[in-house]
Amino acid sequence: MTTTSSKSQAPASLDDGPGSESLIRRLVNLQSVWILGVLLVIVAYFAIAGGGKFFSASNFTQISQNISVLAILGVGMTFIIITSGIDLSVGSVLVFASVIAAKVMQGMGGTSGGAVVVGILAGLVAGGAWGWLNGFLVAKAKIPPFIVTLGTLSAALGLSQVITSGLNVTLDDSSLTDFGIYTKVIGIPGLPFVALIVVILGGILLHRTKFGRYTYAIGSNAEAAKRVGVKVDKHLIQVYCFAGALAGVGAMLYLAQYGTTTIAGQSLTNLNVIAAVVIGGTSVFGGEGSMFGTMVGLFIPAVLQSGFIIVGVEPFWQGVAVGVVLIAAVYIDQTRRAAALRGARSSRSSKKLAVKK
Amino acid sequence: MTPILEARGLSRSFGHVRALDGADFDINPGEVVALIGDNGAGKSTMVKALSGNLQLDDGEIFFEGKPIEMTNPQQVSDLGIEVVYQDLALAPHLDPAQNVFLGRELPAKGILGKFGFMDNKEMRRRARISFDELGATVRSLTTPVGSMSGGQRQGIAIARAIAWASKVVFLDEPTAALGVVQTKNVLETIKRVRDRGIAIVLISHSMPHVLEVSDRVQVMRLGRRVTTIQTKDASVEQLVGAMTGALDFSEGSAL
Repeated sequence: MTTTSSKSQAPASLDDGPGSESLIRRLVNLQSVWILGVLLVIVAYFAIAGGGKFFSASNFTQISQNISVLAILGVGMTFIIITSGIDLSVGSVLVFASVIAAKVMQGMGGTSGGAVVVGILAGLVAGGAWGWLNGFLVAKAKIPPFIVTLGTLSAALGLSQVITSGLNVTLDDSSLTDFGIYTKVIGIPGLPFVALIVVILGGILLHRTKFGRYTYAIGSNAEAAKRVGVKVDKHLIQVYCFAGALAGVGAMLYLAQYGTTTIAGQSLTNLNVIAAVVIGGTSVFGGEGSMFGTMVGLFIPAVLQSGFIIVGVEPFWQGVAVGVVLIAAVYIDQTRRAAALRGARSSRSSKKLAVKK
Repeated sequence: MTPILEARGLSRSFGHVRALDGADFDINPGEVVALIGDNGAGKSTMVKALSGNLQLDDGEIFFEGKPIEMTNPQQVSDLGIEVVYQDLALAPHLDPAQNVFLGRELPAKGILGKFGFMDNKEMRRRARISFDELGATVRSLTTPVGSMSGGQRQGIAIARAIAWASKVVFLDEPTAALGVVQTKNVLETIKRVRDRGIAIVLISHSMPHVLEVSDRVQVMRLGRRVTTIQTKDASVEQLVGAMTGALDFSEGSAL
């Protein structure tokens, strides 16, 4: 791996022998694996410092309840960031979808099963529609994803306020909130259960299917993907649309949990989700990342928050700690990657395979 | 013999620049044709035109004697024509097997394949076979190609093209970034692929390599084919002269 550039030109380097990359070595090279180590250290620390209070079922239920919505958004965000895109609009799209769903449910009487089902569908469609718009503008109009989603961040939130005149819509006693509060599936509370299903399906989609493979390929080298016949534009639209629909799913969980829309409460959601995805080892330059990493990246802030409260540290420190972890994670990842590529790139070769800036 | 691929009078302008100006080209099955010319002579534009990556202003393309419209790269791939670009067009984060099968993934057996699942094991197995046939030493099928040397990446790109091409392979400067031994490998590969009956278009600035492997040399200058020379009659001086215009050929006279 670390041969010098002059050696990689030498004939001998053509054959380094099979199996020079052991499984252990490949695991060590995965950021999600060592970030999992960081998480375990944090958990161990709080377990010792906080004792039984931290390591209780109720605390973990609380933590998983808190990250359910973020986990669902994280699935979509992982796909988008792997394509070397970004979605700043998730929080606003979530608000918009929850407003649409709540309005529909209210309009249809609110509590009955049918109204809830139609409301949920309306919410998913609303989320998917914003995602589609994001994808269309990114892929077809070639506007940078950062700008597109900054625009829809503002527009989706604004429209939500127009629809509701800025007042939150509250659902009383609907079967949706019943699900959020009381339902347990095989011992797991309803919301984390839905999130778990979405995460597992998202992981399979990303790591096992053609859809996922193309997502990596586009983030890695969109031009190469295009040349072998991958429909890059269509795929990008699908990815953004998928992420938008997942924001709709997240909105439904939110409604189920709180029974009300949270128009003003989602301004940092996008950044929290992006931070989790990046901490989990997904490269903002695209082409690299994993669903498992995103989940680990989500647990770190959540565990820090609950741990700080239990140990008696002011919870404001959570923000500081997450910031440090985020920057450190990206720095180490970057250094590691540069080291892996050094020596592999022949110095005489003027061609840069990595087209990405 | 009917040429497997033939172009007549291709023209294409970019603004004021006539990149192709009534250019011709032809290649027979199992033949190695070198396409040479100075920078800006129109070689790359010609390759783009013959691989469905360029809209032509004028001209006709014939495949196996029949006129065809080349509208997109996919359609050209389906004809059995593959291109190895100078920048290799590999996805650096994907591994060699994933790159070889990118855009043509094998579906998993049974119902799972319908849902977009892939048969990774079979793809790795077949990729390994293509690398071995080529004599390309790819040390790991699961390491991202971005971390491999230029020679290995070149091998992967060529193996991918050969794995899918049944008729014609374009190689754009395949030896430019390679060391001595790797270059020799590529030239050997070209001969082996030719022996299978696949036509190879070799774009190269290296006259010795051109003379070593090609059957004919087509020289381009200022967007046209200025001459075609049988390699056995050619010398480096003659080729360079034709490229620079120092030697004057009227179109086709040296056929």
